[in-house]
Amino acid sequence: MDMELIYLAIPLASLFGAIMAGFFGKAIGRSGAHTVTIAGVATSFILSLMAYNHIVLEAGDIYNQTVYTWMVSDGLRFEIGFLIDQLTVMMLCVVTGVSLMVHLYTIGYMHDDPGYQRFFSYISLFTFAMLMLVMSNNFLQLFFGWEAVGLVSYLLIGFWYKRETAIYANLKAFLVNRVGDFGFILGIAAVVMYAGSLDYKEVFSAAPQIANQTINLVGDEQWSVMTVICILLFVGAMGKSAQFPLHVWLPDSMEGPTPISALIHAATMVTAGIFMVARMSPLFEFSETALAFVMIAGAITALFMGLIGIVQNDIKRVVAYSTLSQLGYMTVALGVSAYSAGVFHLMTHAFFKALLFLAAGSVIIAMHHEQDMRKMGGLRKYMPITWITSLIGSLALIGFPGFSGFFSKDSIILAVGESHLPGADIVYLMVLAGVFVTAFYSFRMYFLVFHGEERMDQHTKEHLHETPWVVTVPLVVLAFFSVVIGWVTIEPMLFGEYFKDVIFVKESHNVLSQVGEHYHGQWAMIQHGIASWPFALAMAGVGTAWYIYMKNPQIAVTASQKFSFIYKMLDKKYWMDELYVKVFSDGSRGLGKGFWKGGDVAIIDGLIINGSAKLVGWFASVVRHMQTGMLYHYAFAMIIGLVGLLYLFASPVS
Amino acid sequence: MMTLEMLNLSIAMPEMFLLALACTVLVVDVYLKDSQRNVTYMLSQLGLIITLILISQQTPQNNEWTRELAFNGLFVNDLLATVLKYAVVLLVAIVFVYSRRYLQDRNIFKGEFYVLGLFGLLGMMVMISANHFLSMYLGLELLSLSLYAMVAFDRENPNAAEAAMKYFVLGAIASGMLLYGMSMVYGMTGSLNIVEVAVALDQMEGDNIVLIFGLVFMVIGISFKLGAVPFHMWIPDVYHGSPTTVTSYIATAPKVAGFAMVIRLLAESMGSFQADWQGMMIILAVLSMAVGNVIAIAQTNLKRLLAYSTISHVGFIMLGLLAGNQEGYSAAMFYTLTYTLMSLGGFGIIILLTRKGFEADNINDLKGLNQRSPWFAFIMLIVVFSMAGVPPTVGFWAKLAVLKAVVNIDMLWLALVAVFFSIIGIFYYLRIIKLMYFDDAEDKSEINCTRDMQIALSANGLSVLMLGLYPAALMSICIAAFS
Repeated sequence: MDMELIYLAIPLASLFGAIMAGFFGKAIGRSGAHTVTIAGVATSFILSLMAYNHIVLEAGDIYNQTVYTWMVSDGLRFEIGFLIDQLTVMMLCVVTGVSLMVHLYTIGYMHDDPGYQRFFSYISLFTFAMLMLVMSNNFLQLFFGWEAVGLVSYLLIGFWYKRETAIYANLKAFLVNRVGDFGFILGIAAVVMYAGSLDYKEVFSAAPQIANQTINLVGDEQWSVMTVICILLFVGAMGKSAQFPLHVWLPDSMEGPTPISALIHAATMVTAGIFMVARMSPLFEFSETALAFVMIAGAITALFMGLIGIVQNDIKRVVAYSTLSQLGYMTVALGVSAYSAGVFHLMTHAFFKALLFLAAGSVIIAMHHEQDMRKMGGLRKYMPITWITSLIGSLALIGFPGFSGFFSKDSIILAVGESHLPGADIVYLMVLAGVFVTAFYSFRMYFLVFHGEERMDQHTKEHLHETPWVVTVPLVVLAFFSVVIGWVTIEPMLFGEYFKDVIFVKESHNVLSQVGEHYHGQWAMIQHGIASWPFALAMAGVGTAWYIYMKNPQIAVTASQKFSFIYKMLDKKYWMDELYVKVFSDGSRGLGKGFWKGGDVAIIDGLIINGSAKLVGWFASVVRHMQTGMLYHYAFAMIIGLVGLLYLFASPVS
Repeated sequence: MMTLEMLNLSIAMPEMFLLALACTVLVVDVYLKDSQRNVTYMLSQLGLIITLILISQQTPQNNEWTRELAFNGLFVNDLLATVLKYAVVLLVAIVFVYSRRYLQDRNIFKGEFYVLGLFGLLGMMVMISANHFLSMYLGLELLSLSLYAMVAFDRENPNAAEAAMKYFVLGAIASGMLLYGMSMVYGMTGSLNIVEVAVALDQMEGDNIVLIFGLVFMVIGISFKLGAVPFHMWIPDVYHGSPTTVTSYIATAPKVAGFAMVIRLLAESMGSFQADWQGMMIILAVLSMAVGNVIAIAQTNLKRLLAYSTISHVGFIMLGLLAGNQEGYSAAMFYTLTYTLMSLGGFGIIILLTRKGFEADNINDLKGLNQRSPWFAFIMLIVVFSMAGVPPTVGFWAKLAVLKAVVNIDMLWLALVAVFFSIIGIFYYLRIIKLMYFDDAEDKSEINCTRDMQIALSANGLSVLMLGLYPAALMSICIAAFS
């Protein structure tokens, strides 16, 4: 079968579902909407598997072609094109796979929601946009996908648009992402300026020349062009992938329905930044400054966002901060040039984090949309499947040896240990500390929800039961992958040839090959892992959580009182929100108000518009009286005109 | 010895046919009863269609245009003349379509309207093809006399009589001035033939005060016809006082003839005095744009408003003309042709809204048009947007073309002045749209109109839009007319 048709059909199948559910939602009804969108995404998923089969298993040709030329302006081609290689097919499978699970799960979660068809339309549209993003072979389409996923994210965070908090959250997400996207489009503009093309292949081949150029940004300081381009592009990634300091929108995005948190704000969209940086490895490799910047931003996110997770009581927010922290790990991996490890963690994380979100959602359904963990406890008896799958997800998250998260996270930590970038030592300590933190908050949540005394009210307790199959089947499937996906794929992806032609790493940065020298198969890695620091720290985290929240709950209370400053700092998320609201929101609003009152109302509206309109009106009312209706006045005007022209043009003096 | 071949009558075939047509209509009409006036109407329209066909017969074999002369050099035919004649005949034919019901409602559905209209048309065609001061003057007088009579043609209406009187007196003064200017040029060059005058002027040296005198008088004669400030005073009163069908006649086709007059008299014969008439036109153009746009704001009568709007558009046409090169002339031609189309559409809408005893010429009569007829509100929207110069309507391209021509002769300031005044002008155009779309209708009566008028008016409005979307064809014709 013609591969080009398959590639074309992958995004279009999802788009078709979105259009049908969106525009004809009333006509096809609720079951029609989920049937058509699930059929669309399932088609995309199956075709993605075929693409995977073709590219990876059959070692078929990498596809890099233009599908449609939108326009050519001054030699610059605006195109839609696909680049299908190993990285793309991996992303295709992850995106469509998780999306399919989420579609199924949504049937249960949104069962009674009036916006049922709209919701399905949005998530299918999201799938389409994300597929366009990962399949792109040029910056224009990348940007299209980038903005489109941002748009759908906005729509979905505010899905319950009657909720004040949801509207606030989606506005916040949108605005913060605008900051990132502004950097991103500046980066693309810089690419066009120096490479003269939007096509990945042409830009990448021009990278070595660009690397030698400098640019004068502020004052006399000369910047490496490549550093500027990469940092600008990464600013885009910071917005989408919620890296410090543009992370503030992600926790609030939990206002959206839980399937969305799983699909967009854990598994796929937020990883777009990671994917993009990995895709741009031929650019980032030429700027150590940019790489160090990426690494440090990632490390800060990984550790400090994890810390906030400790004090959260909303079950979804814990998972959200955990997502931030894990995104930080991926970013650190990118920073130390272990792109494959970053992408590997992206993939494993997609499964176990989607699992954790959907499990949290399952708990929320059972608890009648109660999200406060302090009102849960002992759920393990009532919801065995959710309990087991959550445990698997948590173990994968903390990197328990053998689970998928172990392989990916340990690889990242090892890679950081091998890096020689400035600051790598401190970052190494930070990511190690992050392991303890991750384990602590994960199992705090686990114990609070599934063990201990039952703190819910009587009414809720009576109705507690396991959720329906549309909810539990995705949990089981995702749990299965959370266990095995790391074991199966670590060898080819990290140390094999899988990303050989896709990801470019300079020899001097190649930390993974050094890690690879000590790698002797999965089993050996597990044995080695049990004897290493990360495992010890993770166990310490689990133990501490158990002791504090199960054995002696009094400690948590005393600690929060004793270290009230730290508690408050974490509870207030380092006052980042307050800072942004005070400085940027109020500042720009104040500025806007000043311009509005002073500039717009007073000068433009008052003086220029109304003033000149009044002037013209007055002038018109005066001049119209020249039209007296008297014939001799008219004739006189003509004579004046005659005399005037004669004077100007025919007087002998001139 | 003059022979028939030297007269080269064949190139004046459309005019001769039109003359015969007008006489036939005149005679036939006498023998018709009042209930049979439709025969006069149909005969006129049929004649106009044949005239169009005859004009298209003038196309040279291999499409290579040359100046062909007839009547011993009194009459010329070239691409410019052919295109402009097409335009005037078409405009008059559409005016006739718009007029029928209006005239019937007012009991003035008489043969005179058509006979005068056809004679006026003949005058315009003669002007367009004039290669001689005399033929130009004859054409002008034939047109003007027909127009005076048409304005006064509704005898019961005192406003119309007053307007006709004013028009006649002022027109006579202007004609006199034109003739005076021509006689001075004749005195200095010894010829009335446009080409010979041009040759004679080329050979003269130094400033010639008499010729400048003559030029000023001729420019005034032309400006009066076009309606440039300060020779515009007749326009508001005549537009307002005439029956609306006559207004729509005056406001459209004669502008095209006036454009031909500028080209023949100034560009072709007085080319060597371009610097002088350019200076005069700058003054006239700026005054026209200023006075037209500003006073239009204070108008409450729709016909007067369109009258001042016309004056401001004449200023724009002059911008193109004063550039004095191929680009400017073709831009002005494009502007003239498209503007007459918009103007026709605007008056068409007014005629559409009239009924027996109701003139619909107050701007408040447009209130809530969208509720009464969304389609014709849309047509009016296109027309008004085009007058304001809003893309994608053709008015935008017309303005762009003349502004480009002005900028290209290094008169950026003039282009800025033009833009400034057209921004002021947008105010009253937008007010029309506001009334149509955002106000409630005061008069909710149904719009009754005949099928042929609906089709013609829709085509009229849509052509403004289509020309805006595909301006290239017309623009290339305009450029070809001056190459």
